[in-house]
Amino acid sequence: MALESIGSTAVDSPEWTESLLRLLTLADYNSRIVVLGTMLLGCAAGVVGSFTLLRKRALVGDAISHAMLPGLGLAFLLATLAGGDGKFLPTLFAGAATSGLIGALTILVLRSTWRLSEDAAFGIVLSVFFGAGVALLGVIQSLEAGHAAGLEGFIYGKTASLSWGDLLAIAAAAVVALLACMIWFKELTLLCFDSAYAETQGYSTWWLDGLHMSLVVIITITGMQAVGLILVIALLVIPAAAARFWTNRLQPQVVISAGIGMAGCFCGSITSALFPDLPAGAVMILACVLLFLFSLLFGMEHGQVWRGIRRWQWQQALLRQHLLRAIYERAEAKSESQNGSIPASVEVSELLAARSWTRARLERLIERAQREGEVTVIGTQVSLSKSGLIQAQRLTHQHRLWELYLITYADVALQQVDRLADDIEHVLEPAVIHELERLLQGRTDAVPKSPHQLPESI
Amino acid sequence: MNPEGPSDVQRVPVTTPATELGNKLPLQVWDLTVAYQRTPVLWDVAFQVPPASLVAVVGPNGAGKSTLLRAILNLIPRTSGRIQVFGNDFELQRRRVAYVPQRESVDWDFPVSVLDVVTMGLYREIGWLWPVRKKHRARALEVLNQVGIADLAHRQISHLSGGQQQRTFLARALAQDADLYLMDEPFAAVDAATELAIIQQLRAMKQRGKTCVVIHHDLQTVPDYFDEVLLLNMRVVANGPIDKVFTPENLQKTYGGRLTLLDEVSTAMRRREKSL
Amino acid sequence: MGLVGWTWALDGWIVVAATLCAMSCALLGSFLVLRGTSLLGDAISHAVLPGLAIAFWATGSRSGTGMLLAAVGAAIVTVFLIEALRRSAGVDRGASMGVVFTGMFAVGMIMIVQVADHVDLDPNCVLYGSIELTPLDQWSIGGWLIPKAVVTLGLTFLLNSSFVWLFYKELLLTTFDGDLADSMGFSSRFMHYGLMSLVAVTAVGSFESVGSILVVAMMVVPPAAALMMTDRLHALLWWSMGLAALSAVTGHASAIVVPSWFGQGSTLTSGMMAVSAGGLLLVCGLFGARRGLVTRWWRQRSFAAQVAADDVLGYLFRLEERAGGVGTTSAQGKVGSNPTVADVGLLSANLSQPLKHCQRIVAQLVQRGEIESHRDGYQLTEAGRHRAQLLVRSHRLWELYLVEQAQFEIDRIHDKAEAWEHVTDESMRQSLDQATSQTDLDPHGSQIPPEVSPPRT
Repeated sequence: MALESIGSTAVDSPEWTESLLRLLTLADYNSRIVVLGTMLLGCAAGVVGSFTLLRKRALVGDAISHAMLPGLGLAFLLATLAGGDGKFLPTLFAGAATSGLIGALTILVLRSTWRLSEDAAFGIVLSVFFGAGVALLGVIQSLEAGHAAGLEGFIYGKTASLSWGDLLAIAAAAVVALLACMIWFKELTLLCFDSAYAETQGYSTWWLDGLHMSLVVIITITGMQAVGLILVIALLVIPAAAARFWTNRLQPQVVISAGIGMAGCFCGSITSALFPDLPAGAVMILACVLLFLFSLLFGMEHGQVWRGIRRWQWQQALLRQHLLRAIYERAEAKSESQNGSIPASVEVSELLAARSWTRARLERLIERAQREGEVTVIGTQVSLSKSGLIQAQRLTHQHRLWELYLITYADVALQQVDRLADDIEHVLEPAVIHELERLLQGRTDAVPKSPHQLPESI
Repeated sequence: MNPEGPSDVQRVPVTTPATELGNKLPLQVWDLTVAYQRTPVLWDVAFQVPPASLVAVVGPNGAGKSTLLRAILNLIPRTSGRIQVFGNDFELQRRRVAYVPQRESVDWDFPVSVLDVVTMGLYREIGWLWPVRKKHRARALEVLNQVGIADLAHRQISHLSGGQQQRTFLARALAQDADLYLMDEPFAAVDAATELAIIQQLRAMKQRGKTCVVIHHDLQTVPDYFDEVLLLNMRVVANGPIDKVFTPENLQKTYGGRLTLLDEVSTAMRRREKSL
Repeated sequence: MGLVGWTWALDGWIVVAATLCAMSCALLGSFLVLRGTSLLGDAISHAVLPGLAIAFWATGSRSGTGMLLAAVGAAIVTVFLIEALRRSAGVDRGASMGVVFTGMFAVGMIMIVQVADHVDLDPNCVLYGSIELTPLDQWSIGGWLIPKAVVTLGLTFLLNSSFVWLFYKELLLTTFDGDLADSMGFSSRFMHYGLMSLVAVTAVGSFESVGSILVVAMMVVPPAAALMMTDRLHALLWWSMGLAALSAVTGHASAIVVPSWFGQGSTLTSGMMAVSAGGLLLVCGLFGARRGLVTRWWRQRSFAAQVAADDVLGYLFRLEERAGGVGTTSAQGKVGSNPTVADVGLLSANLSQPLKHCQRIVAQLVQRGEIESHRDGYQLTEAGRHRAQLLVRSHRLWELYLVEQAQFEIDRIHDKAEAWEHVTDESMRQSLDQATSQTDLDPHGSQIPPEVSPPRT
């Protein structure tokens, strides 16, 4: 499975900066072709891959690319037996494409007729077709007439030595794939999002799946002989999966995925030109993987770092809110029982009973709040400072608004509820808040508007 | 924990005496908050479940009912809160808890028979590595008989109707012989006969001192089927005996005030009052 | 055309090695397919490369246990990464496999180029294996010369089968319902990693001797074929092992035979084994007892035939009723006007079945001895009358039940009863009888015939 490095873009000058400059400006004819070809491929694969990913068929490229081997062998065999040149490219293309399509069709049939799961269907097509291909190549190799050597190179690629013809083929495939994706964007979206619904809308999922798989075949076949089977699979999967971390919407997903595919191929081909010893295809995959890792960590939508930070912040905010509200509500309850004269402080033990926190955790929380100047501690008594009181009041008020909101609107807008929003105004419409405030006024547990009605802590 | 007795001794369903229970309620939850990403699904949920009771968990879609059960079972991480099962950590009381997941949660094409599924309820008792024996299958068959589908024991599970699938799950939970049952919509999409069979089982379980916490959708049947209710909508609206808690006001608080459902409920309540 | 050139010393061992490998893979593969991770064999076959490179760099040789261990290590890392991406980052399972295995492969390629630039470490060899060469590398065990591959694959098979045997119940539970397993204290994650580690060991152990295609194929195809045959897990395991063994044998045989049809020597055995597994899948998909296409079609057809035959019997029974009660069979003398006899044309018209179809049904019924032919048509025999009576009884009981218990309109009951009468057995009729009022007449006013016991034969 050699992604053989053929160091034909070897850099003459030992000066890295100069050679890098030459590369970046695409001064070399050879590197120009490699960079352009792989970038085009990365772009098209990124777009098609987005749909494959969303259709939950990320590995369809794996299955289809392996399924091309028998067609390839058969085309070679027939062409040779007919007296022609076995390695005539269009024949090989046709053979590979045919068997790739048959493979895709087999996947669909296995799914629908025998209710086999997606991954099982992929595995079956991949291994049986590839096995047939290997057996066929075994026969070809024992043929005297055939010069089968290098036929495998068709699948395993020759990245660093792309020719002008390869570039044209890739460009054609990329244009076809991109155009098709643009023309049928709506239909493909529907297919990926909800194929059952698409069916009820009068779209044939067979047709749409067929279209989608044909695009995969087009990308795979041109990519495979240019850059190798594994790289094509990688390009179909990795950019699309990386783009998922950046966005939740389809259009940006497709664009970002194409961008990541292009960037990965660009960086990879430049690097492999700088280090001609390294296998070019592998370097490109690695570049894509690095971009994937970057997205995994820092992607806007689902990046793990942001997610971790957000979760931490969330937890802190939650705990602080718990503490302040607990103190406030204790104090408030006491004030009711003592006819309005609010004791400004509460016992730690009371707080401990109010929630399920452990003593150690509560003490940590109080300590932090003390540092923030929100509470003051005297012995076992905790009281809200002036700023703490304002905060606590605001939080309690907001809490009660949310409660009311849930009561009035729960059936329609559960997703709207964001109890940790800094301000309820950021989430809800002013009219809604106004109504909630009005409702709250009518209740006994309304938080007094002004903090100054409470006595200051002594 | 049941000590491992000699295997030939008949296992008698043990009802924990009330004295031993003391104040060890089957289930106590304090300040449970669970969030997916940043959206809280459960917010400060606190409630308790009295022993030998049938508790309905009621609330609108997306109110976090399934999440609540899954959080109790430690299947999802919780942001804050504490949960005790029979006065102890869940991990220590695993054996006394049985879970009935939603019917859609499994692949019904899976190559197992009804009897196999019910036998799964005994795995805990059989223990790691020990094989399933004839006596276990016999027990499972007995339980299947209890829920009235013993004749389907050797069917593959996809050949069952919705009600029969639900009974299979119930039988599996019964086989577990737990003391606290957490059931996720056992009445969803079942026929009237199955609904009756299930509720009869639940009542029989209650007689034996078991506690069932059941997610339920049909408000009309709540007063007939259950003793206690937990009205849930992200936070607990109310929790307690049906006659105290299952009021139109509380339902309004749970389901939101702008729903025609309310009328429905009040007629349901009137109907119940008449039937009393 | 035969197995020219089949020599037991060589081909026998090849088949044994391949069979052992195929059965090991199929056993674990059954669980992979049920868990939706069928492509794991393929992913691992690419992802072991960095392990091989590290082992080569550390030991300087391309054989031995070091290589194996490193490859297993790489495979387990792969499994772990796939799972981590899926669980913590929410990447779709297929995509996380794709990312991890291509990435690992790329790392492996680069490492190999670094460490093995001028040494013979051909990744092709890892992936294709060379099952044809297995008999050549032998160990002497107790005076017997046994190929190394057979020994290692035998041990692998032993390991896998004892794992599945020991953890059968846990594997079943965690595969069927992971949440339930976790809630019961059977850690589904533990079982997952246990299974995956064995998959890694098996895959790596097999790559070296038989090549990766065989592993990938045997982990998916025989289990999928077995799914066509049965709907019980233990039977599924036996079927998939059996089918795997069968495809190993037929695969090797066809690798020798098929090319000779075209005047060629022989071809790669592992490829042909994958192909013959595919062939077996096709056979099972057509004729399998559970999901086979032909089987399903045949079942539908014979049910339709039964329904049609039942309809003929029911019609003849009603004719007899109209002619004056059951059992008036003594109508032989009168020509042309026998009211209990119907010819095919009459049946065809009344049952709205094509004439040809009716002829076939009638022929079948005559053969079964349920009707007999007369000069001007067909008439029920004793056996046929018995069956017909039960059918009509079922039909009318249903009609009664639908009206009485389900409050159906009287004009809507016939079609339902017509459909259900064919699947109603004695116990169901009994319950129907109990559920309905004690009347002898159905809602249309026809007599409900009594239950009869089967006639003496």
